[in-house]
Amino acid sequence: MDAGIITKIYDLKEYLTGVFSANQQEISHNDTPFIAAKRVKAFEKFSKAGFPHSALERWRGTDLTRALNHEYHTLPESPSADLDIDKIFKCDVPHFETLLVSQLNGWYADRKNLLQVFPNGMIIGSLSAASVKYPALVDAHYGHYADDNAESLTALNSAMWQDGIFIYIPDNVSVEQNIQTVNITDFKQNLFLNTRNLVILGENSHLRLVQCDDSINHDVTFINSVTEVKIGRNSTLDHYKMQNKDDHTTLINSMYFHQDEGSSLTTNAISLNGGLIRNFSHITLDGPHSSASIYGLYLMDRYQHVDNQVYINHAAPDCESRELFKGVLDDHASGVFNGHIKVHRDAQRTNAFQTNKNILLTDKASIDTKPFLEIYADDVKCSHGATIGQLDAEALFYIRSRGISEANAKILLMYAFAAEVINKISISELRLRMDDMVKKRLRGELSQCEQCVLNCSTHVHNKVEFAIDLAKI
Amino acid sequence: MLSIRNLKVSIKGKEILKGINLEINAGEVHAIMGPNGTGKSTLAYVIAGREGYEVTEGEIIFKGRNLVGLSAEERACEGLFLGFQYPVEIPGVSITNFLRTAINEQRKYHGLDPVPAAEFLARMEEKKKMLELQEKLASRSVNEGFSGGEKKKNEIFQMAMLEPSLAILDETDSGLDIDALRIVATGVNKLRRPDNATIVITHYQRLLEYIVPDVVHVLFDGRIVKSGGKELALQLEEKGYEWIRNEA
Repeated sequence: MDAGIITKIYDLKEYLTGVFSANQQEISHNDTPFIAAKRVKAFEKFSKAGFPHSALERWRGTDLTRALNHEYHTLPESPSADLDIDKIFKCDVPHFETLLVSQLNGWYADRKNLLQVFPNGMIIGSLSAASVKYPALVDAHYGHYADDNAESLTALNSAMWQDGIFIYIPDNVSVEQNIQTVNITDFKQNLFLNTRNLVILGENSHLRLVQCDDSINHDVTFINSVTEVKIGRNSTLDHYKMQNKDDHTTLINSMYFHQDEGSSLTTNAISLNGGLIRNFSHITLDGPHSSASIYGLYLMDRYQHVDNQVYINHAAPDCESRELFKGVLDDHASGVFNGHIKVHRDAQRTNAFQTNKNILLTDKASIDTKPFLEIYADDVKCSHGATIGQLDAEALFYIRSRGISEANAKILLMYAFAAEVINKISISELRLRMDDMVKKRLRGELSQCEQCVLNCSTHVHNKVEFAIDLAKI
Repeated sequence: MLSIRNLKVSIKGKEILKGINLEINAGEVHAIMGPNGTGKSTLAYVIAGREGYEVTEGEIIFKGRNLVGLSAEERACEGLFLGFQYPVEIPGVSITNFLRTAINEQRKYHGLDPVPAAEFLARMEEKKKMLELQEKLASRSVNEGFSGGEKKKNEIFQMAMLEPSLAILDETDSGLDIDALRIVATGVNKLRRPDNATIVITHYQRLLEYIVPDVVHVLFDGRIVKSGGKELALQLEEKGYEWIRNEA
């Protein structure tokens, strides 16, 4: 029996499984047999497990009930061939040399040219198209790193994705430009989106990848994004995730990194706004002398919720992982940090360091932080530390005693707190822009409606000497 | 410039200052000495407006205005400066930035527009030269990774930039080697003008060899028990605080 207008409960699982059964052929249209078989298995797993709930250890602090209780639509149609993405989105970070790769509602946006092959052998395009044109390459990596067993949302994604970005960097290629992917959602109804990306770096290669999430309308959106990344021997990846979504958006961003010997990963997730954001970084250090640096900054207010889950799987000896996550939570905002480090028995001489620092500005804001070390090797160096505090009273007085108002003194201290993570951004133009964005965010000037997370400032300005001009407030 | 009358201050119900009287005129340098735990830093904090101190009696009249009840930033804008015993580190915020923000907020308080960038930078250079500071201050974060001496020099530099009417230097000499002490003292002397005043709070007489005070006060158990000329500091050095304790 249908409940009343106030207590109505939608059965999203039933809706999605129904859609899958009815459209399985169409969804699988471009699949390799391997991918198609994966879909069926993944669908079974999701059907059995259902959506994650707070009884699961990894989901204890994040309740999806409200986010799931909407009348969603899924399987959006692919954009038409004459889509001019520049009309919807334009990036104007000054001096930011990027190769822009756009997605609209999960679909690779350049429908006239689904796969671009560059002179150096790099391929960028639609994952769906790549599985038709390069089946062996896709099959060798797709589904090998993402874990459909551990996360039912990943299984749902593996069953229902339609498209996403495919990036292939051959051996011995250092990509000069920054590659920036922008996932825009623009749909007339509430949208439940499963988007799937695959990034493959060969050996001795180098890539800088900036992933932006953005929305341009204000309907309720649930994005369930899964990205698999293979980093080959002695390759390096600088990866950035920029999130500035509106309060109606739920963003589940699951990243599965798999690293070979001597490879190096830096990944930095900066969450400035978003109704509910969950960043799950799953990193397997599978070859000796590989290293991973995982950074995150979150600035949340109102009723926003952010959840950072890091799982580092030290499977090989002589590897190093460093985690630094910092957050400021205001109003009723809530956060979760779970840092799980697993060191296998053979992973001797592992170094693993983890830090999570939080500032709570109100007594209604909350953070649930939990380090979890699982160590089976005997020669390891592991450290972890978590702090939760308020702004330092002594520092506030020091700043105010110079004539700076209490409100501005607080902003200055929050900025100083956030700067440690911002300074880890190695692309200088991006660092300056993020620096600017964080200041705007802290001053309450940053809105989510502006098109791109990197596009916050409509006027271009190049002054950098005075990083924070509070006098303008 | 500053008249403190019968000032009584408590922290969490415990009386720390038990009736302070102090008169400071423009152009003067006053030294406040005394053993540890007698209320010297409390006096500095109360004048500067730190929260958590309860003024139970008395008033602090600064340039004709009672400071009691004003916020720390309002007092700073009125022309008060506190040099901290333990300056706070603010990572990620450059000194340039910090001072420009402070100056512009103080200007706003007085109805002035922000200082033009070129003028501000010229002033920074001028003050750095005056204080013989070699460090590349501008780009460094406020006090971050500074040695004890650098922190104190930075306090004097901020004082030079903000040009306060009254500066209170709280144990600025503690932990300084002789070179840093000389730079700090030279700075204070160079910044001395007929229209400003300085209160130097110190435990030792050493600093007063470099900064010659007009008046020396001895604070003991929350009261000023003795005031005199610069020779009082020498007497204290000779006879020790026991002498005061016996007199009090």
